[in-house]
Order: sequence, then structure tokens, then C-alpha cells
Amino acid sequence: MERQVNQKGWLMVLPAILVVALNAVIPLMTVVNYSVQDSFGNNQFFWAGMSWFVELLHSERFHAALGRQFIFSAIILLIEIPLGIIIALAMPRKGWGVPVCLVLMALPLLIPWNVVGTIWQIFGRMDIGLLGHTLASLGINYNYTQEPIAAWLTVIIMDVWHWTSLVVLLCYAGLSSIPDVYYQAARIDGASRWAIFRYIQLPKLKRVLLIAVLLRFMDSFMIYTEPFVVTGGGPGNSTTFLSIDLVKMAIGQFDLGPAAAMSLIYFLIILLLCWIFYTVMSLEDDEPQGGVL
Amino acid sequence: MARIRLQNIAHSYVGDTGNLDDFALKKLDLTWDDGGAYALLGPSGCGKSTLLNIISGLLYPTRGKVYFDDREVTTLPTEERNTAQVFQFPVVYDTMTVFDNLAFPLKNRGVDGKEIRRRVTELAEMLDLQNDLKRKAQGLTADVKQKISLGRGLIRKDVNVILFDEPLTVIDPQLKWELRSQLKKLHKQFDFTMIYVTHDQTEALTFADEVVVMYEGEVVQVGTPEELFNRPNHTFVGYFIGSPGMNILPCTVRGDRAVVGKHEIPLGRIYKESTGETKLELGVRPEFLTLSTSSDQGLPVSIGRIDDIGHLRVAQVSLDGLPLSVVVGENEILSGQSGHLVFDTPHANIYADGHLQRGEAV
Amino acid sequence: MRLELQNISKLVKGDPHISDVSLSLDAGTINILLGPTLAGKTTLLRLMAGLERPTSGRLLVDGHDVTGVPVQKRNVAMVYQQFINYPNLSVFENIASPLRIAGLPKPEIESKVHKVADLLQLVDTLKRKPQELSGGQQQRIALARALVKEAGLVLLDEPLANLDYKLREELRKELPKIFSQTGAIFVYATTEPSEALLLGGNTATLHEGRVSQFGPTIDVFRRPDNLTTARVFSDPPLNTLPIAKKNNVLVFKDQVRIPINGRLAEIADGDYTIGVRPYHLYLKAAEGTAAVAGEVTVTEITGSNSYVHVDIGGIRWVAFARGIHEYEIGTSIQVYVDPTLFYIFDTSGKLVHAPALPEGR
Repeated sequence: MERQVNQKGWLMVLPAILVVALNAVIPLMTVVNYSVQDSFGNNQFFWAGMSWFVELLHSERFHAALGRQFIFSAIILLIEIPLGIIIALAMPRKGWGVPVCLVLMALPLLIPWNVVGTIWQIFGRMDIGLLGHTLASLGINYNYTQEPIAAWLTVIIMDVWHWTSLVVLLCYAGLSSIPDVYYQAARIDGASRWAIFRYIQLPKLKRVLLIAVLLRFMDSFMIYTEPFVVTGGGPGNSTTFLSIDLVKMAIGQFDLGPAAAMSLIYFLIILLLCWIFYTVMSLEDDEPQGGVL
Repeated sequence: MARIRLQNIAHSYVGDTGNLDDFALKKLDLTWDDGGAYALLGPSGCGKSTLLNIISGLLYPTRGKVYFDDREVTTLPTEERNTAQVFQFPVVYDTMTVFDNLAFPLKNRGVDGKEIRRRVTELAEMLDLQNDLKRKAQGLTADVKQKISLGRGLIRKDVNVILFDEPLTVIDPQLKWELRSQLKKLHKQFDFTMIYVTHDQTEALTFADEVVVMYEGEVVQVGTPEELFNRPNHTFVGYFIGSPGMNILPCTVRGDRAVVGKHEIPLGRIYKESTGETKLELGVRPEFLTLSTSSDQGLPVSIGRIDDIGHLRVAQVSLDGLPLSVVVGENEILSGQSGHLVFDTPHANIYADGHLQRGEAV
Repeated sequence: MRLELQNISKLVKGDPHISDVSLSLDAGTINILLGPTLAGKTTLLRLMAGLERPTSGRLLVDGHDVTGVPVQKRNVAMVYQQFINYPNLSVFENIASPLRIAGLPKPEIESKVHKVADLLQLVDTLKRKPQELSGGQQQRIALARALVKEAGLVLLDEPLANLDYKLREELRKELPKIFSQTGAIFVYATTEPSEALLLGGNTATLHEGRVSQFGPTIDVFRRPDNLTTARVFSDPPLNTLPIAKKNNVLVFKDQVRIPINGRLAEIADGDYTIGVRPYHLYLKAAEGTAAVAGEVTVTEITGSNSYVHVDIGGIRWVAFARGIHEYEIGTSIQVYVDPTLFYIFDTSGKLVHAPALPEGR
């Protein structure tokens, strides 16, 4: 049934709109303002036009950071989404195991980002860290401050550890909403475990997965604190993601103009990609699928 | 296809406590023949769904054994029993086409593509689904989805039994007629053993050759629709089957007559007189009562409301304060506030503590 | 109170859900909205309640326009198909809840709740929780809550649909009595023709968002203005047949020739659709009947009655007969019709002839 469009509704959301406006729109406009100017400190500003944008889009440093960012997000999604689904499927549906699992799953989500970073930074150290020391004593060269691959691995494992729970919880909620008769019907039809997943669970999980993918994409694409705490963007620039690069540019070098231009491009990329994800995943609803044998 | 035998089945959801009150299903013994159409009829909470789940293997009985033909299947899981089931709310695989839905059980069993195509096409024709085969199951109406559910059972040749769990609940009355008659026809064509669970007497009686009436975890009568209607074994059957249900009047018996208040009603058979311990009742269906205008026969009653339900009318009459329903024909003329109630002697039954008494011929 | 709907229409995304509905409902009446799923019953109820705003048309209460007035400001109660009660409140508190919200003094709440509980036979259950009770009793609580408000308009959306057959029968019998003891306007949506007949009152037949007829229930049933109404208000479905009338015969293909006379013969020659109620289709010949040849597609037996489904030249008919009549599928049989019991509709579906009403009514 279609809901009545109630004009009063707008009045109710007005405070929220005001807050969002103060929070987001005004800073955004400031950033737009910065992005078309150049400054030499002392509050002296010069009109720069589109030059920051042009320069940035041709800058190798930006390309490299953007590339790293994409690779990072892709790896994160490829690991966390399937892993989240698998864990959610493996979790018990009833009994005392349910609350235990849910609490265990929720724990990593409750830890602040910088604490997560610190935990892993210590955990991975070769001298005092449990992980680092163990690996080193096994003869494996694991040194995230020196080895780009080790640094990447650390950052990825850390993110997976921190955020897979979110995907698990979302999927678990989605799975719990599937009525029992669907499973009964599938058993009667002799469906395999895979067929049950493919034709019952996955279709019913679609909406939830859309949310999970969007959240994990946005978050991983904007990742800053944890790698900053653990690797500081190094070794070299190997874990310098867009956000770290941005902060370096804005705070480290005080290049407010280019930093503002980069923020805007960054913002537009996220917006565009979210839109693409959303359209592709909700499009499938109307598409004929499967086909005749 | 198989003959289904339930031997001393009892089920309790809290385990075998030994306390009969804990049992949702009390002891029952039933045999259903191969290729028959059966209905389990009863109000909600009577244990009929529990019984259905025991047959399909979704539930293992606390006591007793289940046999398909001579094979014991009591603790065999659902997928190994070769049963099919149509649920109350349509279950279809939303993302698949109608064709793939029907083909699904065959694909799972590794039947080859050509054979699948042949059988699906043939079945779709029978179910009137031939024009929907390429459509996605998602947007279809409830009646078509129910047909698909049924089709997933019919497509398998090795099915032992097809179970129906109130399959017409979400279907419009007009379409119910169509689906019901189609189902009946399919049963004749396929010859599968079918068991239909419902609380709706019309569905049970029209579908089944034999109806099992259940009440509070027990079977109160097994019989053909005709038997259930004409000679209900129990006052509950009389009440539950028929619309309106059977009139039940407290009475005493004197020879071949029932005494209700100060009136005597001939029964045509001789019954044992009441001992005082047992509660005797006279049961007669509204269909076997007539209202007469002449005073030389029948008992004087006052006529209350008359409900016109199209093909017949039901008069609410009162016999010295005892309410009764009487079916009167469409064109029967009822005049005034009073009339005379005539009992159809062969259809006046005597019950002792709810159970039918046979009596002896005069 | 008097509720008037004037040319109410409701479009949802350009799709007409309700089209040009005009109804006038008086206090103390039961009004049934009869129609299949998606006919627009629920939408119409929501429009009456003020939960939705019509795209066009006006809603008047006692002559005052209330079209835009939201539901909170109207004196309306609603009962749904699902049993909606507060699970953690006792039956008493459930029934009392609308009065508590209205801020009535305690003794008044007590007396009103007890009065309604008495009417709905809930007195013994007042201290219990809803989920300890049967479905029938749960729905009684919902009904009691609707009645205790003493709302001028009580809307019921298939309230008995989720109940067992027998419980339905019991409540159906009681409802007219309960309704007659309050002075409200009752609007009752249902898909079942037999329910409409048992409840009596007035019936509006709904089909694809339009009201095809509105009037006293039994009149709508006996004299449907049009084919749509006759079809909606028939269970088992109405038997219809397109025929051509020529002088004193009705012809369908080469198969059916029905001689007619009297009032029927006076209708102008041409194409018509006849409607025959299933219980006016006989399996034995009688005086004044004509034979129609067909083939049995299936028979259904209910113990006392039989429904014989017959294929008449590709058209499905159902005959309702008292007693047991078993036929093999595919048997060729003759069914018999009495032309004086025909409903005859012209090509636009308008009624041109209806059977005379039985005497004494």
C-alpha cells in the first residue's frame, strides 16, 4: 500500500536538514571555495580557477594513491563480503550459541579505530608483538615497517578483523528473516546446499548485501586512522591511501588549494561509485534471470 | 506412490513425559491406500499439522512408527522420503522462471536436460501454465504460485505422497473453485496418494475420498463424506461438519423415543435408557428438519431470524427455549411466528457422552 | 453520523486503484464491501478512515467536508485481518487502551470495558494475556477495542479471514447482533459472498476499483444490475453463456437451443449473456426446463450436496445439487435449466431480465 505523502513530514525532518546543512554543506562549500584559490598564508588568497584540478588529475602522486585506494577497497570487498556471508551461514539459528556468537561478532565493532590501529601495530612488531615475534622466530621475514607486502597484509588483515563482523551481522539478520517453509520446500525438492544458497538465501539476502557492500566500500575507500597508526603510509608510499595523502597535503604541506580540489574529486568518486553499485545491484530485480536450460 | 501406515503414533513437543496432556497427538493408527485422496480435518490446534509433519519427516514422532509400503521411515529425513508438499503460503523460487521452478526437483536429481524439457512442457500444459513458462516466478499471483508449488511435486514420478497444508488459504473464493476442481482432476490423472490438511469442511469433503476428523490430538472419525454427514460418530463431527452444524439437544430415551423437555420424538430404533451417569443427547442436522404449517404433526416451535444465504435459507427456531437451526428451501413460504418442527426419523441420532449409539431395530 | 463519498478516485503512480466511487452510509448500518483481492476494498477503507487522501472527490461527514482531515482527528476505529493486540497487556488493558489515551476517568473506563466485554463474551478472559487465547478470542479483543471507542465509523478489513471455519461461522452469527447494539456506521470488507449474505445490511460490490452496485444485500444478490455484480456476488461462480435470441429460442453455437416464452420472449432479438445460479442448474428434468448438453469435468461431493462441474462447449458451468451425484470425468450428461430463472444481460453487461422474486418476500 502506498503511503500518504504528508506535508507535515517535512517539518519533522527540518531540524535534521539544518544540522546536516551546518555539518556538511557549509564545510563542503568552504572546500569548494578553497579549491579554486591559492594561498600563501596570512589569509592572502588568489583566484586559481580550475588549475588545481587540472594539475591534480595529471599528477602521478594522485594516480598512485588513487590506484592503491582502489586495489585496497577491491581486496577488502572481495574478502569481507564472502567471508561475512560464510560466517553468517555457519552461525547457529537457535539455542544458547546465538547470543554468544552475536556478542563475539559485535566486539571488534565496539573498538575505536585508533585503538585497533595501535593493537595491530604492537601485535605485529617483531621485537615484542605476538604475531611479529612468532613469525620472525619461524624464519618468516615479516616486517611491516620495511616490507611493502607485509605492510599491506597487516592493513588488510586488520580491516578484515575489524569490519567483517558488520557484514556478518547484516547477513545474519537477513538470513533470520527467511521463513522456515522455504528450507522445507527445498529439502523436499532435493536441493543441494549450494542450490539452497543460490536460489533461496542469496536472493533474500540481496537487499542486505547491497547495504553491506555500500557501507564497506565507502568505509574502506575512506580508510585513514588504522593504516596511519600502523604504518604511517609507509614503507615509502606503499600504504599511502588517498585519505592519508590528502592529510599530508593539507596539514603536512599546507597546500590548501590542491588538498581542497583533491577532496572534491575524492568525494565525487565515492558518490559515483556508490551510485553505480546501487544501480547495478537493484537493477537485477527486474532482469530476467536463469533462463531456460 | 505408496501406501502409508501410521502405527501407534503419538507426539509430544516436550518429550515423552508419560503425561497424556503433554501430547499434541495422542495414540493413532491409520492406513492410507496407494493412490487415494485423503483429508485431515479439524480446528486449529487439533494436531493435524503435527501429523502432516510426521509424515513428511520434518518431525519425528515421540512414539510409534511410520511405514511407506513395507519400509519403515519413522526417522528418515525429509529429503530421503520422496514426499512433496504444498504449503499454506506459496513457496516459489523467486529468481527462477516458472520453467526452472518446475524443473528444479528434476535438476537436483540429475535428470537429463531433454527429459526435463519434455516433462515440464507436458506438466505445464496440464496445469495451464504453458504461457507463463518463461516468466519469473516473483510477480505471479498467489493461485499461480500455488500451482507451481504443486507442479514441483507432480513433476517427480517417484513421489510417495503429496501433502497439502491448507493450500487454498490465500486464494480468492472464486479461484478456489477452479483450483479445487483442477486438483481433483489432477489426482485422477496422476494417481498419487494425496493428503490434504484443512480446517475447511468444504475443501476436505470435496477433495477427499476419505476424511479423517481430528479433535484435540485424537481421531474422532474416519469416513467418506457421506458417512460423516449422515451418521457422525461423535457430536464434535456433527458440529464441525455441515454449515450450520448439527443441532444437539439434551434428552432422555424411552424405548424408541427421545424425550426432550415435555416432547417425544420417534427414533425408529430402540436405545438403552440412560443410567443417569451418561449424558444423552439427540443430534439432528438442520437439513433433516422441516417446518410445517399444519399442526397435526411435529413439535410447536417459535420462528426467529431467517438467514437467506442464496441457495437456501436457515431459520433459527426455538423449541421451548432450545435453539435449533432448520434449513428451509429457497421458495418455501414461512408465515407467522410459529410453526411445527418435523424430525426425519432415520437421521435423528442418539449420543451418549458425545459418542454415537447404534440402537437396535424395532 | 452519515458518511458520504462523492466521486472518490485514487491513483497510485498513475494507476487507478479506486475510480469514481460514490456511496452514502448511514449511522447504525452494516455496509459490506464485497470483491476479490485487489478489487480496492482495503484502499477504499483507508480512504474512508483518512489514512489516505483521495486523488479527486470529496468525503463528507454529516455534510461537512473532511477530505483532508487526517485519521487522528476523525472518530474512526479499524479492525484488521491480523489479530493486532498489545501482547504484554491484559485483555482488560487492551480493550481499555483507547480510553486511556483519551484520558477518561477510571470508573468510566471500567464500566465501558465491562459493557463491551460482556457484548463480546470476553468477561472471563479480562485478566489474561491475548496470546493465551484462541484466534477467535484474540479477534474479539480487537473488535472490543474498536467498539469501546464508540467511534462513529468502524472499519473492518476481512476480520474473519484468519480464523478457522467454525469460529468464523460463530462470529458471523454474532456480529449482526453486536453491530445492531451500537449506533455506528460499520464498513466490512470481505471476499466471500456467503459472508455478505449472512451479515445482511447493505452491500457494495467492488470490481477493479469501481463500485458496480450498492444496495440492500439481498436485493443486490437477487437483482444484480449488471453482469459484473452478478459474477462478484456468486459463490459458486455464476454460470454464464453467450447466447443469441431469435423469437422464441435462445441459441448457443449449434449446441444449445432453449425455447422460451412469456416475459422472456418479449425481449428484443439479439445477442445476450445469460446467467444461471449453480443451484438453478438441475441434473433431472422437471416441468418447464430445457436440456443443455455437456461433459462432466469433475464432481465434488460434500456429504449432503454435490457440485458437478460441466463443460458446455468450452464454457465451465457448475451445478449444485442436493444429495450425492457421482459422475466419471468425461461423462456426457444433460443438465436442465429453467428459463424463468435466467438472469439476462445485454452485450454491455446491463441486466435486462431477472427471475421473479420468490413469493412471500
